[in-house]
Amino acid sequence: MPHRECDMDLIQLLFIFTLAAFLGYELIKRVPSQLHTPLMSGSNAISGITIVGAILAVRVGAGGFDLILGVLALVLATINVVGGYFVTDRMLAMFRDKEGR
Amino acid sequence: MNPLLINFAYIIASIMFVVGIKMLGSAKSARRGNLISSLGMLLAVVVTLFDAGLNYSWIVGGLLVGSAIGFLAARLVKMTAMPEMVALFNGFGGAASMLVGWAEWNRVAGESFTGSVGVPVEFTISVIALAVIIGGVTLSGSVQAWGKLSGKLGSKAVVLPGQTLINAALLFGAAGLGALLAVGPDIGLTPGLMNVLFIVMVILSLVLGVFGVLPIGGGDMPVVIALLNSLSGLAAAAAGFVILNNVLIVAGCLVGCSGLILTLIMCKAMNRSLANVLFSGFGASGSSSGA
Repeated sequence: MPHRECDMDLIQLLFIFTLAAFLGYELIKRVPSQLHTPLMSGSNAISGITIVGAILAVRVGAGGFDLILGVLALVLATINVVGGYFVTDRMLAMFRDKEGR
Repeated sequence: MNPLLINFAYIIASIMFVVGIKMLGSAKSARRGNLISSLGMLLAVVVTLFDAGLNYSWIVGGLLVGSAIGFLAARLVKMTAMPEMVALFNGFGGAASMLVGWAEWNRVAGESFTGSVGVPVEFTISVIALAVIIGGVTLSGSVQAWGKLSGKLGSKAVVLPGQTLINAALLFGAAGLGALLAVGPDIGLTPGLMNVLFIVMVILSLVLGVFGVLPIGGGDMPVVIALLNSLSGLAAAAAGFVILNNVLIVAGCLVGCSGLILTLIMCKAMNRSLANVLFSGFGASGSSSGA
């Protein structure tokens, strides 16, 4: 990835990082305690976003050890994403059954 | 695909994560929120596949294997065992960020630490070190938390003599090595030595994760998992700085920060401080005074 105006790029990335931090805080400031575990599980699935990094690491021309690193990262990140979303959905389904009763 | 289009899709995905987390915060909308967030992830993955120069056979294989394992694990796990399953998934996420950092390290090392066009190599190495250290701690800490919750490892808090000192030494050791690596090309460390120091840093961070969770009792594990979840988000954000990818930075930072706040809320609900949960060896002292 060629990035010529790097200073601006890095500053912009740090900028969105900072804004995202405040957004994360505001988003969950007030959450009922029974939702803590599903929220944790759901945001854990989002942290599997590193799957994007893993996909980009499995490149044509990467051989041997680098290929192993990339593919292993991809498998683990995919487990995190897919497993994370499904397990959260199961928790929340259970939760709604309880509410319905 | 045009990089502009890919990045546009990343913005949409980020919005879906934000809306998803917001909706997860209320009982009525939580399930739909999780669905929206998962569709955002699907979007991010699909557009990433349009990046140039990818090795598709391995990628499709990796995605299929990971999806099958993740799906089965999430379906088959007992309701009561869900928290430790989340811990394990979280550890895998941390491991993935660590490995992405490692792969990038090899690339940077392969280019004799000259750095990408325009980005100072010191910056790249620093964020690689962050991704590897935080990811490594998340991996081993989460596996330890999984073991404690599932009863595979003893669930009691184990406090070694001088535990806090050992952990501090490990933390400063790993961070110090990261800093040393960052300036390594400037002070003329040889690539061989750089690689050795890198591996030592990986090992230190893995040991730190184990030792960090060791003194925490099974009852406090939910708080620890929330904290580790926050760390896995930060590891992903660090990996995002390594490859200059904004969706990793936004989603990772969202999780990192909301996870930290959630951790503090959970501590408060137990009337304890985070420091008390992490360092007091609550389970251990509780059982010894009870005896």
